[in-house]
Order: sequence, then structure tokens, then C-alpha cells
Amino acid sequence: MYGGQQLNKEMKQFFIFVKKECLHIWRDRRTLFILIWMPVVQIVLYGFALTNEVKNSKIAIFDQSRDQATMAISNEIAASRYFNLVKNVYSYEQIGATFRQGKIRMAVVFPRGFRYDLLHSNHAQIQLIADASDPNTANTLTNYATAIINDYQQSLNNNADLPYTIKTQLRMLYNPELKGAYNFVPGVMALVLMLVCAMMTSISIVKEKEMGTMEVILVSPLKPFRIIIAKTVPYLLVSMLNIASILLLSVYALDVPIVGSLWLLLGESVLFTITSLSVGILISNGAKTQQTAMFTSMMSLFLPTLLFSGFLFPVENMPIPLQVISNVVPSKWYYIIVKSVMIKGLGFSAVWKETLILVAMTLTLLSISIYKFKIRLA
Amino acid sequence: MRALKFLLQKELRQISRDPSIIRILFIMPMIQLLILPLAADYEIKNINLGVVDHDHSAYSTKLINKIVSSGYFRLKDYSASFSQGLRSIELDKTDLILEIPAQFERSLVKENESTLFIAVNSINGVKAGLGSAYIQGIIQNYNQDVRMQWIQFPRFDIQPTIEVTVSNWYNPNMNYRVFMVPGILVMLVTMIGSSFAANNIVREKEMGTIEQINVSPIKKTEFILGKLIPFWMLAMLVLTIGLTLARLVYGIIPLGHYLTIYTFAAVYLLAILGLGLLLSTYAQTQQQSMLVSFFVTMIFNLLSGLYTPIESMPAWAQWITKFNPVSYFIEVMRMVMLKGSGLADIRYHILALIGFAIFFNSWAILNYSKRSG
Repeated sequence: MYGGQQLNKEMKQFFIFVKKECLHIWRDRRTLFILIWMPVVQIVLYGFALTNEVKNSKIAIFDQSRDQATMAISNEIAASRYFNLVKNVYSYEQIGATFRQGKIRMAVVFPRGFRYDLLHSNHAQIQLIADASDPNTANTLTNYATAIINDYQQSLNNNADLPYTIKTQLRMLYNPELKGAYNFVPGVMALVLMLVCAMMTSISIVKEKEMGTMEVILVSPLKPFRIIIAKTVPYLLVSMLNIASILLLSVYALDVPIVGSLWLLLGESVLFTITSLSVGILISNGAKTQQTAMFTSMMSLFLPTLLFSGFLFPVENMPIPLQVISNVVPSKWYYIIVKSVMIKGLGFSAVWKETLILVAMTLTLLSISIYKFKIRLA
Repeated sequence: MRALKFLLQKELRQISRDPSIIRILFIMPMIQLLILPLAADYEIKNINLGVVDHDHSAYSTKLINKIVSSGYFRLKDYSASFSQGLRSIELDKTDLILEIPAQFERSLVKENESTLFIAVNSINGVKAGLGSAYIQGIIQNYNQDVRMQWIQFPRFDIQPTIEVTVSNWYNPNMNYRVFMVPGILVMLVTMIGSSFAANNIVREKEMGTIEQINVSPIKKTEFILGKLIPFWMLAMLVLTIGLTLARLVYGIIPLGHYLTIYTFAAVYLLAILGLGLLLSTYAQTQQQSMLVSFFVTMIFNLLSGLYTPIESMPAWAQWITKFNPVSYFIEVMRMVMLKGSGLADIRYHILALIGFAIFFNSWAILNYSKRSG
């Protein structure tokens, strides 16, 4: 009987502590405000503002022949939604100067006697000069411009059918409109959870050390490690709220549906939240000041999540050592899980391996922090 | 202004005696500049290809070889059926499957036409878009080869043909690092500058040491300047470390003048540090100020054009970038380093930044009150 009472008492103490921590956050309205709005802002930015889609790219035209054909092609290019003709230039030097001022991304150069060449020798040249300081954009722009020019050429030839034609039928799976959001939503989920759970927890624990209130906690009758756990509970709640808002926004504002099981997705998210919280606890073990805690979290969590989860940068392009490192970043596995469940609509059988990895990581992290947790200061 | 001298002395000593600051100062640039550019390689290559070949003919083999030898694709999977191929996409083993129908060769030769099926995992839209463009280009090329085999083309073009030549200026090797490193440098300087500045005054508040400053005969302007100058120096130091690393590790030598970069950075840092100090005067706890400055720099970074081109953004986002100091610096950095722009080319950028600097710093001075509570 006594054991039961003891347990009851301990539970009660634990919940009092949880309540205290919740009140802490509840009363710091600014922090709470940001914690709740951050995912919303991120989703809006990633979903609406950040696209690699090329449109309205500023271009200049250097037309040395100014005949019917060059006019027609210039008009076609300027009329397309990809390009925005901002300037006619009259020399190569001027092209260089315009590039240096950052005013254009590409220049189209027609040589002298373009139409004459085209009609008499059946062969004419157009030069596309791209600002390749951004290689992907340069590639995309020249591809689009070439396609427009090819169309014009086809129209000259009256679409004569060529023999031995290989046709292709293209099917875009999962994301037929090629929206960026499909890639970003799972990434933002990983990023926000990592940030809220790990960074905020570690800072709030270290704060007690820095302010000297840790001593009070350590001499209290409650087991110290439980106090740490109690500190994580409010952040767990906040992150649940974040998951909900991200999912609602992605479904209703970005039209990214949840194809798979919602419960599986939520379950995996809770698991990842716990992983992040344990990372936060581990960081707080080592750090002495809040500033250090923050920078450690940034360096060991935020950047790796951004870099290695694969949502911003393609992991397969990285050098092998970095690819190996990417495997120890929890967000990478969570990102794969979210993509599989939410977007591809796969079941647990497809993600059990990743789930197992996250569970193993959580257990390891927690045991290290329990092992390293010091009851004594200094 | 005598007080300023002592304040500076105090701040510099505080910084030089804080090992964590020194560590962060040197480790951050190392990590960011050594690892990030390696990772931030957006170039679309290494697309994992799955093939479902129902034909097994000489033509289909030749086509597959041609695709693989292009260098963009890696043959990862051979499946017997389309549904099996789809499974490999689900498991992320492949990004793109090419299905070659049975009798591909026969119908091409006999019926003059044949159709290939391509399915792409398009969760990553950019990769899917470029990947499918590449493979269609290769197939077209292959198609041309086949035609050449069967038809004797005359030596001259029979139809009007326009040849398009592409010149890639400023980065002819299309090296992604050349593009990313200047941007990453900006991010680095911004993160260090703004977060240190944002933290600093709050730390004094939280520790209670601000009371001492409040009761001493230090003017508000002097106090803000005393905080601004040391961090300005630190950030310039970090910029120098960064530029040196960029030069030694990546061989990136600015086409323009270093002086142009430093001139702009000097003004830029005044603006960004002013913003940090401003946030710091509003915050009550370090946790708050860190989170707020993190939040603000995150928005600035995302809307800076570092990851995605500004022209692609919708009008409202482009409008926001006009008020984003980071986007100016990234643009300038790329202009100076890659295109060799000079001071005259970036004069409007500098003017805008001077405006930001005056705005943020005067606001910070106005908002710093020597009363506590």
C-alpha cells in the first residue's frame, strides 16, 4: 500500500512541476506567440513565396538584323510567361554592363542578316547568353528559350511529320503540377519540431543553470531527472499544436493532401518529437550558458536538418562522408517517413525500418543523458 | 565620448574572455564554409533510373546505354513489370522509370512510330522537371541517331534550321559552389552579427548588470555605439575569415574588388547589428531574444534569394524583399564576386542599406530606456 501512496505522491509532484513549466511558457506571451506562428509563417513562405519555378525572368535582346524573322522570334519570347523583356541593347559591352548591374538574367543575340541566312542557306544562328552565376536558373532559361525558338522553326516547316518518330508519354507521380510545397511541407515539419523541442528545451534547462536556480531544483525532493522530463512536457504540447497547424495549412491552404493514414502520421510525429526532446536534454547537459546552448542546437540540429534531411539539398549529390553523416541526423528519417506516409500514402510496412531507427536513437540519447546527468553542480 | 572608450574596452575584454564566443566565432565559419557548399549542390545529376524493358531488343539496349552514359542518370533497378518499377519509386530506390514497350524496335521500324512511357517521382518538383527534360532530350537525340541510320540526309539542311548556341557567362563550368559560397558567407555574417547583438543587451538585463550602466553617466547613444562597434569588428573579422576560406578552399577569387565588398559589408553590418540591438531592447529574456532574432533572420534568409530566385516569387514576397537587408547583400556579393561589379554598379544598394542602418539604430537608441521595468 505504501508503495502505491508513494507513487501517487510522486506523480502529483511531477504534475505540479509540469504545471509550473506550462505556466512559465504561457506567461511569456512573446515566446509563445512566435512558437505558434513560426510554422505558419514558414509554411506560407515555403508554400507561396519560395519556388524555383522560373517566370518573368528579365532579359535583354541584342538584335543586329531587325528583320521580320527576328522581330517574330523576339515577340514570341517576350510574350511567354517565362520572360520579361526589359531592355534592347546595342553592343556586347552593353550586355556585360547590364549583367553587372544585375538587371537581366539572359540576353538573346541575333546576328546580322538573320532572315537572309535562314531563307538562303537554310541555316541561321541565335546566341543565348545566360548569367550562369546561378547555374540551374541559367539552364532552365536557355531550355525555355530554345523551346520557343524551336517552335518558331517548326512553324516555318509547316509541322512536316518526320519518319521513325519515338514519342514519349510522361507521367508525373504524386505531384503532377510540380509544386514546391510537396517537398517543403515534410521538411518544414522536421525543422519546426527540431527547433521547438530541442532548442527551446535545451535553452530553458540551461537557463536554470545560468540563473543559479538549478541548485534549488537539485536539492528538492523530486528526482532531478523527472524535473528535466517535466520541463519537456510543455514543449511537447506546443509541438503537437504546431503539427496540427502545419497539417491543416498544408491541406487547406497549399492543397497538399494527406494521402496515407493520419494516425500513423501523428504517431510518427510524436515519436520524432520525443527524439528531438532527448536531443535537447543531451545538449543542455553539456552547455553552461544559454548562448552556448543555442549555438550548439543551431550547429548540431538546425543546420543538419536543413542540410541533410534532403528537403533543400539533394543528399545524393553530397560527397560520401557527408552522406554517411546524414544517417545520424534524426530529421532525415522523419522526413522520409512523412514523405512516405503523407504524400505517397504508404502504410507502416513501408516505414518500419525508419521508425525503428528513430526509436533506437531516442533510447540511446536518453540513456546517455541519464548517464551523464550530474546531481552535483560544478 | 570618453565613456565610449571605456565601454568599448569593457565589451572587448568581455568578448575576448568568453571562450564560448571565440569558439563559435571560429567554428561557425569553418563548418558553414567547409560543409555547406559541399552539401548545397543543387545541380541535378545522379538521377536514379529504373528500367522496365519489355522489348529486350538491340534498340532498347542502345537507348538505355545512351541514357546511362549521359552522366545524369544512374541505372539502379531493372524491373520485370511496371508495378514492380513503381514499387522501387515508392521505396525511393529510383526517381524515374522508363518503360520500353514490347515490340518497341519493330513498331518503330515498321510503323514509323513507337511510344515510350516515363514515370517520374515529382515530390521534388525541380528534380522531376529537369530530370524529365534531360531524358526527353536524350531520347530525341537517340531518335535522331535512328533516323540517320535509315534515311540518307543531304549534306545541307533541307528545311530552314535555326541553330541555338548557348554561352554561360560568369560561370562557364556551371559550378554550383561558385554561386552558393558568396551567399553562404552573407548568411554566416548575418547570423553571427544579429544573434550576438540581439543577445547582448538582454544578457545584461537578465544578469542584472544593466542596472550599473543605467545609473552611470553613459549616454544612450554611447551605450548603443559601445555595443555596436565591438560586434561590427567581430563580424568583419568573420567576413575576412570567410573570404580567406573561400579563396583557399574553393579558389573563389572575387572578380571585383575586395574593397567593394568591404565597403558594402561595413554599411550592411551597421544595419543588421542595429536590427539585432533593436530586438534586444525589446526582449526581456535571452530565450525570447534568441527566438525572435532567429525568427527574423529565418524570414530574411528565406526571402533573400539565397535558395530560390527573387523573380520567381509572387509580387507580395518581392515587395517584402525590398525591405530585407540580407537580399541586398546577397545580390551585391554575387555581383561583385562573380560578375566584377564595382561601387558604381551597386550605388543604389548602398544607399538603401544606409537608410536601413539609420532607421534601425535610431529606433534602438530611442527605445533603449535607462529605466528598468
